[in-house]
Amino acid sequence: MESCPSVKNILLLDSEGNRVAVKYYSDDWPTNSAKEAFEKSVFTKTQKTNARTEAEIAMFENNIVIYKFAQDLHFFVTGGDDENELIISTVLQGFFDAVGLLLRGNVDKKEALENLDLILLCLDEIVDGGIILETDANVIAGKVASHSVDSGAPLSEQTISQALATAREHLTRSLLNV
Amino acid sequence: MAQYVKKDDDRDEEEYSPFLGIEKGAVLQEARVFNDPQLDSRRCSQVITKLLYLLNQGETFTKVEATEVFFSVTKLFQSKDIGLRRMVYLIIKELSPSSDEVIIVTSSLMKDMNSKTDVYRANAIRVLCRITDGTLLTQIERYLKQAIVDKNPVVASAALVSGIHLLQTNPEIVKRWSNEVQEAVQSRAALVQFHALALLHQIRQNDRLAVSKLVTSLTRGTVRSPLAQCLLIRYTSQVIRESSMNNQSGDRPFYDYLEGCLRHKAEMVIFEAARAITELNGVTSRELTPAITVLQLFLSSSKPVLRFAAVRTLNKVAMTHPMAVTSCNIDMESLISDQNRSIATLAITTLLKTGNESGVDRLMKQITNFMSDIADEFKIVVVDAIRSLCLKFPLKYRSLMNFLSNILREEGGFEYKKAIVDSIVILIRDIPDAKESGLLHLCEFIEDCEFTYLSTQILHFLGVEGPKTSDPSKYIRYIYNRVILENATVRASAVSTLAKFGAVVDSLKPRIFVLLRRCLYDNDDEVRDRATLYLNTLGGDGSVVETDKDVKDFLFGSLDIPLANLEASLKNYEPTEEPFDISSVPKEVKSQPLAEKKTAGKKPTALGAPPAGPTSTVDAYEKLLSSIPEFSSFGKLFKSSTPVELTEAETEYAVNVVKHIFDKHVVFQYNCTNTIPEQLLENVVVVVDASEAEEFAEVATMPLKSLPYDTPGQTFVAFEKPEGVPAVGRFSNVLKFLVKEVDPSTGEAEEDGVEDEYQLEDSEIVAADYMLKVGVSNFRNAWESLGPDFERIDEYGLGPRESLSEAVNAVINLLGMQPCEGTEVVAANSRSHSCLLSGVYMGNVKVLVRLSFGVDSSKEVAMKLAVRSEEESVSDAIHEIVAN
Repeated sequence: MESCPSVKNILLLDSEGNRVAVKYYSDDWPTNSAKEAFEKSVFTKTQKTNARTEAEIAMFENNIVIYKFAQDLHFFVTGGDDENELIISTVLQGFFDAVGLLLRGNVDKKEALENLDLILLCLDEIVDGGIILETDANVIAGKVASHSVDSGAPLSEQTISQALATAREHLTRSLLNV
Repeated sequence: MAQYVKKDDDRDEEEYSPFLGIEKGAVLQEARVFNDPQLDSRRCSQVITKLLYLLNQGETFTKVEATEVFFSVTKLFQSKDIGLRRMVYLIIKELSPSSDEVIIVTSSLMKDMNSKTDVYRANAIRVLCRITDGTLLTQIERYLKQAIVDKNPVVASAALVSGIHLLQTNPEIVKRWSNEVQEAVQSRAALVQFHALALLHQIRQNDRLAVSKLVTSLTRGTVRSPLAQCLLIRYTSQVIRESSMNNQSGDRPFYDYLEGCLRHKAEMVIFEAARAITELNGVTSRELTPAITVLQLFLSSSKPVLRFAAVRTLNKVAMTHPMAVTSCNIDMESLISDQNRSIATLAITTLLKTGNESGVDRLMKQITNFMSDIADEFKIVVVDAIRSLCLKFPLKYRSLMNFLSNILREEGGFEYKKAIVDSIVILIRDIPDAKESGLLHLCEFIEDCEFTYLSTQILHFLGVEGPKTSDPSKYIRYIYNRVILENATVRASAVSTLAKFGAVVDSLKPRIFVLLRRCLYDNDDEVRDRATLYLNTLGGDGSVVETDKDVKDFLFGSLDIPLANLEASLKNYEPTEEPFDISSVPKEVKSQPLAEKKTAGKKPTALGAPPAGPTSTVDAYEKLLSSIPEFSSFGKLFKSSTPVELTEAETEYAVNVVKHIFDKHVVFQYNCTNTIPEQLLENVVVVVDASEAEEFAEVATMPLKSLPYDTPGQTFVAFEKPEGVPAVGRFSNVLKFLVKEVDPSTGEAEEDGVEDEYQLEDSEIVAADYMLKVGVSNFRNAWESLGPDFERIDEYGLGPRESLSEAVNAVINLLGMQPCEGTEVVAANSRSHSCLLSGVYMGNVKVLVRLSFGVDSSKEVAMKLAVRSEEESVSDAIHEIVAN
């Protein structure tokens, strides 16, 4: 365990186990069918659990999978079996909250598909080739939103801090709406 | 927000998706908008999203398609739209262009790398580093070094993370950046520090001193990000591990740092530190306590992830330090009802490891409630844990066996049922008292067993064990019921089992014959054939005679010919007038050492392969030796050792030796393998020099005629020794042979050979070779029943030892006896220990040993040795072994 903590994949599936967006960082699943088989087994085995208030955890094929559900969306993050569970859990929480911010609290499949570009950018900002880039949901959402929100405005002048402010505003709004 | 597709008119559609009916060909058509002179950035973004969606769903683009998309995407660098640019970066990474294509975007990306917009810079660095190769890297190296120390944390992190990836492919370049990386480690931005630390460690990981320095300086300083702190903990334990070799006593370096991390405010750091402490080599209970305490707090957390992490770590600790974990038992018991079944299973298996004998019954009650609502895979884990618990506390076999039989009756899949049956079989083997009840449980199980494989295996096992019980007749009903009710496979195996009872138990013969005769009318060939065979050979013509030993051997003896050899010989046999002669099949066991290694490494497989079990290897050796005329007069084989390697791995000739101990003789069996394809060895012998083994006199040598490439063969050397004396000695071995060159194309050997020899390592006969490891289920009873008549007690000083457990293991290995009731495990950091051993000494004399150890502050170990045996001389002999 001298290595850097690493993430093997991040999955966002719908309530039937279909892909909304997935990203693999490890060679453990070399083909698309291997990936789909993994997603299917993870989905079926976690489906009946209640992972809505707190993230849940399970082991699959010598991997740790930490997951959390919201509406019809299932979020999963996978790490090796000797990985620190809490680090993987932090990544999941970052992803989960950032998606919540980006979708302005409407976390469901329809909204996620309609904003798939944001979800994909979000994944890109969380992990790079297995290495954790950022886990703070506000920062992640800020980075993604900085160039997607209000694309009519002269974006080159919008700085990160402004984008962050926008994201925070979204968070507050979504909290108030709940 | 963007709308990719016009709202579907059909509102009744069950599930709305903006990508409904998306099709690759159409999207590729749409991608032509990238070439428009007037770019519509929003439209372009949508198309890229669609392309990414297709890739994400597992769609693949052909080489031509990918190239085409890539080239048109490069046009989009003209647009100033940041959102579009981000999508362009994403799609370039996904398309992973080939090196000749990369050149097209290099200049655009390099421009972005130096742009004023930080978002461009960070992302351009990541994209460029992802798709670049070594030559390009030298061009951009200067910019990357600048980026590492950039004041914008996003840019610095992007460069550092890219560095971590590039280190795999271009280490020599990345290593030149270490000054900049070092500076970044001091960054005030949390994640920059994390990424810099990871990269710096990877650059220096082969330089122990540098890593140690890094750890020393950082553990004193401030590390801001919890992630960086976790990394530092990992590196610290690495340094501790590597320094522990030359630091025998005193406090562990950096332990204080790890302990301090237990009070960090981030849970991830606390846990990382606790786990690091539990994984320290030879951790003491004092060091463990604070880590166990924080893990115990996690056990009652509201977060499942925390509970899981804690219980998983404690489960691992329980394997080596069961006592340290007992303080958590109450919290652990409440986790049995945890919603998360993984947590519950881990809690149960931990409890099974840490529980003491008195708590077993209560624990079993709790588990019974729990078993009904977990998945089979978890149940198997629990069954395995119960089996080891039962072997640890044989006195508790009754409640544990009852538990196993109860769950055997419940619903369950094949793997689960097999695990239970295997466990019961192992318990029957190892705990003689459990035999009868265990066999009855198995009998009841096959009454209603849906798995043919398990039924036949149990029937076979019944045939072996049943006749040896006090009342064999009670099993007949269960077995004959199978003949009436089951499919042909099970019927056939039930017939064989019946015949086994008939062959062994004479009083049952008449009844068995009646039953077997009924089987003659079975509608399956195999069943009828078996019944006919058994009736004829066992004398079913009415006369009740004792079955000949020959007949028994013929019917039920294990085949003394390796099946692989038999198969090969049968294949070579050409149909002629001459019948196939089974004695012409070579008995030399091919690649036997390999098979032995496999069985030794595995747990006893119980039902699956009884003939491969440890007892039957002795049988196989016995057969092999008695088939050699020179050795047939040596009497009964007392013990065969496990193979001892006499050569290094991967040498020209691989040789290992098995020591066979007889009353007056010792036979060395040298298993040789020739690993050179171009050589054929002939007249292979091992010349043994026994000058350091005075009591041994060589009596016979059995050379190996020929040893072709990769076909193991054996050569034997026999020694005479004084009868009943546990003579010890050292033997030096030289392998001598005639080498013949082999033409690899034809496989023909040349006529003339050259004499050659090959030095082997020495072999030894030690006192433990005269002791059989035989366990007893209840040590106290066995000890009492042997009585104090031939008890010998003495005390010994063992001198300074590395640890108490090392001393205990040394004595166990010296005596070669079987530790009982799990007493070979020494609790961490304890000052004294008692160990119970049992065995059978040469001449079939039962021996029991009680060892009491004590250790003082200077690691001097003292031992009290109490021996009871059936003969006075043997008790003395045991003391002599230790005294020498």
